[in-house]
Parts: sequence; structure tokens; C-alpha cells
Amino acid sequence: MYDIGVGSLMIVFVISIFIGAVTAVQFAYQLGNSFIPPYYIGYIVRDMTIIELAPTFTCLVLAGKVGSNMAAEIGGMRQKEHIDAMEIMGVNTSAYLVMPKLLAALIMIPILVSISALISNLGGYLASVPTGFYSHSEYVQGLRSFFIPWNVVMMYVKAVTFAFILTSVSCYQGYFVKGGSIELGAASTRAVVFSDILILIADYIIAIVLTI
Amino acid sequence: MIRAENIYKSFGDNEVLKGIDFTFETGKTNLIIGKSGAGKTVLLKILVGLMDPTQGHVWYHDRDLVEMSKEETRQLRMDVGMLFQGNALFDSMTVEENIRFPLDMFTNQKMKPKRERVNFCLEEVSLAGINDKFPSEISGGMQKRVGIARAIVLEPKYLFCDEPNSGLDPKTAIKIDELISEITVQHNMTTVINTHDMNSVMEIGQNICLLDMGKLAWQGNKSEVMETTNETLESFIFASPFLQKLRAKALSK
Repeated sequence: MYDIGVGSLMIVFVISIFIGAVTAVQFAYQLGNSFIPPYYIGYIVRDMTIIELAPTFTCLVLAGKVGSNMAAEIGGMRQKEHIDAMEIMGVNTSAYLVMPKLLAALIMIPILVSISALISNLGGYLASVPTGFYSHSEYVQGLRSFFIPWNVVMMYVKAVTFAFILTSVSCYQGYFVKGGSIELGAASTRAVVFSDILILIADYIIAIVLTI
Repeated sequence: MIRAENIYKSFGDNEVLKGIDFTFETGKTNLIIGKSGAGKTVLLKILVGLMDPTQGHVWYHDRDLVEMSKEETRQLRMDVGMLFQGNALFDSMTVEENIRFPLDMFTNQKMKPKRERVNFCLEEVSLAGINDKFPSEISGGMQKRVGIARAIVLEPKYLFCDEPNSGLDPKTAIKIDELISEITVQHNMTTVINTHDMNSVMEIGQNICLLDMGKLAWQGNKSEVMETTNETLESFIFASPFLQKLRAKALSK
């Protein structure tokens, strides 16, 4: 839980700042010279990050950081006969090794996604207010406008689903690894690639199911 | 007593075991020997339940491992200890935590009796006092002994050892053999050792099963080895010229 949560804070912080900053700058560029009120930028950044960017970006990055780590850890245990040793001792190895990681991810990743959403909005503020794109009051007004609580529910549904996907796919790849260090590296890569693809597919399905 | 009855095992078209029948006796060190690729490890994994045979039965006294439910298998495994070829000690745990692991999994004992049991097992393998070391901080021979301590911590009736001497110098290998042999007698266990170490065969081979190309090629004990006329056993045991000379000397006497 510590590794997934606290261990990932820095990377989540860094990507979130830039997600928010880039979203603010890009939309400021797109909305320039239009009749759309300036405070809309805060509203757009808020909803973009809550609905889509915070859960998806965070989980894609965590699939690379946490998922590959899980696959390598469990795969290494398979190769060193640790899993066989536990089987001999009568331990249900899939439950013993995978379940704590799954629970930790299901708890910590939604928290990380929440932090990411918060930091992204801060990133949007830092990119647009001190640089003079918009005023403080315009940005804050945007953040406080048209808030739909359902969007936060959507964010958590995505976070929990993506957490399940990246953990189960990564643990599966590690648990059933065969061969030596090359195969372990390949399993770790597969864990990230398959997790990322499944996260994007799930993202689309959740978007359809929860918004239509 | 463990009895392998008509064991067959195939991986696709590759038939690795072809009808093995053998009885592993209680209170004795039972050796499975054979060249690389003879099917020793596969047989050991089938005996211990890590792999299912394509056909055949594995009898633990009157209980058939192949037909057991998951719960029955779990119960049986409380009576099984295993020493792995690579020791399979958990790197992130200390020696004490490694040995205590089966106790943590299977018993509701408090910490004090568990510690006492761990210390007893460490004394059994002559490693008292290294509780707080990590596996990476001790030698290969010591790791083997810690592996044995962990294997016997639940006082198993059956002990399986996969290549216990691999990677050890001859002197340490003999010590490990002696230790396994002593523990087998002391605790009246059924010990099954998978090896191709000739010293083990001649020192502790009380009941030997020679596999060749997936078939049982010979069975007997260490004293019968020297007088064998079995060609497969001769070509396996006396492969080295040094041993051939020794055997010639022994027979001439």
C-alpha cells in the first residue's frame, strides 16, 4: 500500500501539474478571440481533469510504474521457486500474493487519482493566472461553475476499474511467467502494454455507459 | 510410505515418464537418480503434487494424492516439507522469518512457542544464532541448512529434497547428506531425494530408483550398486574413469 500510494506520489504530482497546465494553455489558445467568457477555462480544466485526464493519465503511468513492478516481483518469485515453496506449504499463492496488491491498488489508486485531479487544477491555475492569461477571479469562477457531482462519481468508477485492470493483468503476467530473465522482462513489458490497452478500452466503455 | 503407481506424464507429444512404479519407504532416504532429462524433477513434482500425472496414482499410505480434493491436499501438505534446488528462501525475510513462515501459515501459536520451535530447528541444522541474518548474508551451504530447517519446522512425515547438493563443495555436500539422513532416521520420515550426486548415492542411498528415458531402469540400495550388472546403472554411476578404477579395486578385493 505504501509502495503504490506514497511511492507513486511524486510521479503523480509531476504529471498532474503538467496535465492541468497544458490543458489550460491549450484551451486558452483555442478560446482566444472567441465570444466564450474567459472564466470557462477553469470550468474546462476542472471537468477535463476530473472526467478524463486524472484517472486515465494517472493509471496509464501507474501501469508502467506499479504494474511492471508487480509483474517483475511475482515473476521473480515464480522463477526462484518461492511460489512452489509456498504451494508446498499449503498456501493459496494467488490469494496470498495477488489479493493484498489488489486491495492496496483499489484503495490507493482512487486516492492518487483524487490528488491528481486536485493538482491538475492547481497546474491549470499556475499556467494561466501568474502568466497573465486570466485573472485569479476568472479562473476560480470557472472552477466553481456548472459543477456536476456525477462527474466525480465517474472519476472514481474509472479509477477503481483501471486499478483492478492494471493490478490483475500485471499479477497474471508475473504469476504465469516461464523461463529466465528475458521472459521475465517480456512479461513485465506485456503487463504494461496489455494494461494500457485494456485501460483505454475500459475508458471508452465507461464513458459510453455513464454518459449516454 | 509413498507409492508411485503406473505414473505417466506427457508434455504434448513428449512422453517424459512412462509407467513408473516405485515405493518410497518410511524411515529411509529414498533416492531418485538418473541423467539430466531422465524425468527426475518431473517425478518429484508429481510426488509432491506440484504437477498432475497424465495417468497413474500417488499413494501417501492409503490416500491417493491424484484424487484428493483441494482441502485434503492442503491438509496433506502440512505433513510435507521440501528443500528446493535453489533453496527458495524468501530474500526479504530474515532466517527466522523464513523458518517461521509455515508456522505463521498453519498454526495459531503465539510468538514465543514459534520462536522456540525456530531455534530448535536451527540447532538441529547446527545454525543456532543466525536468526536475524538475511539469506543473502549467509553461505550457500548455510542456506541449504536453513532450507532444511524450514522444511522440518512443522515436523513433516514426508521430506522432499530437489538436488540438495547442487552448487556445494564436496565436503559441504556430504554434511548436507548426513544431516538429511540423520533427520530422516530421527523423525522416522519418508525422505525422497532427487540427485545425480554419486557421493549421495554411495553414502545415503538406502532405497534407490534409477530413471532412464522416463522408465524405471533399476532399483536397489547402495550396497547393491557396486555389484550391479545393470548396464544403465553402470554407465550412469561409473561414468567417470576415477570411479571405474575404484570399482575395479573394490571388486578385486
